[in-house]
Amino acid sequence: MQTPGLADASSLQPSRWQTTAKTLWRFRAFYLMLLPGIVYFVIFRYFPMYGVIIAFKDFAIMEGITGSPWINPWYKHFQDFYQSPYFGQLMTNTLLISLYKLVWGTLPPILLALLLNECRLRWLKSFVQTLTYMPHFLSWVIIFGILLSLFSQNGGLINRWIVESGGSSIPFLTSTDYFRSILVGSEVWQNLGWGAIIYLAAMSGIDPTLYEAAKVDGATRLRMIWHITLPGIRSIIILLFILKLGHLLDAGFDQIYILYNIQVYPVADILDTWVYRTGLQQMNFSLASAVGLFKSSIGLLLVLGANGLAKRWGEGIW
Amino acid sequence: MVRGLDDKLFNTFVYIILGLCGLAAVLPILYVVSVSITPFGEVLRNGGFILFPREITFSAYKTLLTESNIPRAFQVTIFITVVGTAVNLVLTALMAYPLSRKNLPGRHLFLLMIVFTLLFSGGIIPTYLIVKSMGLLDSVWAMILPNAVWSFNVLIMKSFFEGLPEELFESARMDGAKEFRILLQIVTPLSVPVLLTVGLFYLVGHWNEFFQAIFYVTDRTLFPLQVVVREILMQSQQPLENAENMMPTQTMQMASVMLASLPVIVIYPFLQKHFTKGMLLGSIKG
Repeated sequence: MQTPGLADASSLQPSRWQTTAKTLWRFRAFYLMLLPGIVYFVIFRYFPMYGVIIAFKDFAIMEGITGSPWINPWYKHFQDFYQSPYFGQLMTNTLLISLYKLVWGTLPPILLALLLNECRLRWLKSFVQTLTYMPHFLSWVIIFGILLSLFSQNGGLINRWIVESGGSSIPFLTSTDYFRSILVGSEVWQNLGWGAIIYLAAMSGIDPTLYEAAKVDGATRLRMIWHITLPGIRSIIILLFILKLGHLLDAGFDQIYILYNIQVYPVADILDTWVYRTGLQQMNFSLASAVGLFKSSIGLLLVLGANGLAKRWGEGIW
Repeated sequence: MVRGLDDKLFNTFVYIILGLCGLAAVLPILYVVSVSITPFGEVLRNGGFILFPREITFSAYKTLLTESNIPRAFQVTIFITVVGTAVNLVLTALMAYPLSRKNLPGRHLFLLMIVFTLLFSGGIIPTYLIVKSMGLLDSVWAMILPNAVWSFNVLIMKSFFEGLPEELFESARMDGAKEFRILLQIVTPLSVPVLLTVGLFYLVGHWNEFFQAIFYVTDRTLFPLQVVVREILMQSQQPLENAENMMPTQTMQMASVMLASLPVIVIYPFLQKHFTKGMLLGSIKG
């Protein structure tokens, strides 16, 4: 009895459902375009986020992610990791390597950008830019090859020089004394030019009349750098520094995995490399996932914190 | 007077340091080149310093290209680079175009879904289990599909599309053009710069492919170039006694390094400005 009445009402005024359906239909081509990408994100990005529940399970290959039994207590893997001798070493290595890279990865690109900005010879400027940007595109395997040719104990250029001048060869790549310097140094070499791009762009945004006024006042080039250029890019420097702080736990898996060897594990093994070895090489899936989850959770907090901080700073500056 | 002199001194200082930076970037690569074309005996005799070799031989390259698994690795790498980049670009453009339409219902939800993956991930192990359960282990697709879309590149392309004049789309729609046709015939030709930039990032990523291979591939015939080159390099980490008669001599190792990096080094100078543009586009977003 009520049905006709309802039908009447909806024919007069389309229900919210119908309007929504109509809008969605109108945009159907767009949703169709999005579909493959969304499917990709769901399968390869969001399913793993679900799969991380194995950090709280006793994962067995045959049972799968859903079928494996929950572990008791739920934080057992985290506790095991925390109480293991690895914990302190991995955290120390991760944070130290990351901090070294943060400091050494910030100053040299700023200096290079300043020099490029002061360069009055256009050809020299673009030539040096081309040369210094290039290492950014070389893979770590290639850089490993270059490092071997220069630093390896048998046949490396540096060691040949040392031996020839009467010294004894130094195991740069396999000694705990040198390995972190090799990591930081090769990272600086790879990213010196590429890191300068953004500072250089910020410098080109500085009002040129500031420099002209300073010139009239008789300021030297060094004074202009100190009083105009550096303050002009200060906010970018701080912003990038804060954003990099958000990635403090990413000490550089790609680089370290390719460059390290068993002799330098004590100073080079980081959370990511340990997770890889424990999980995929020793098949200890649950423990490795727990450590991975520990890392990405703290990483998320750090990034969010850094972004919040950057925004606050941004408001203060602009 | 004094200022002019100061200025000259300052300039000279700047030029010298810049020149040194340029040399520091390129000398290690030149050294690798010269080791790779110098007979190994000559390398040993000269105390290693052979920036300009007196004797040149390409035998290391010849050996690598005929008697090692480098040619096979080249095939794999070229395949994943070509097919992978094509898949990347199609999927990325198909996502970026709808997301650049500000009136698309649910746009923010989709964007959030993409941005969140930049902040948090399930990690190596769960991803491995998913790839395994999809039956992708030990196939070339394991090196293409798990990284088929980079969130960052979607954002770069989306912001470029947002800058295109709205009237173009409107008039095309008036003429009854379907959205797929608009994307293909209007947006794409206007977006060559961003397609090139994003495409180059994907391309270099595939050429340097290493990690998905060691995660997901155990079949040696499917190893890409970088993995094979690393194996050749690892053979040096052995005791000194037999260093001289060991098969992959330093010459051979450096030749393999050159083979794997040459394509990037050769095309890079011509495309440098597109890379730089991408870097700036990306950092504005970030």
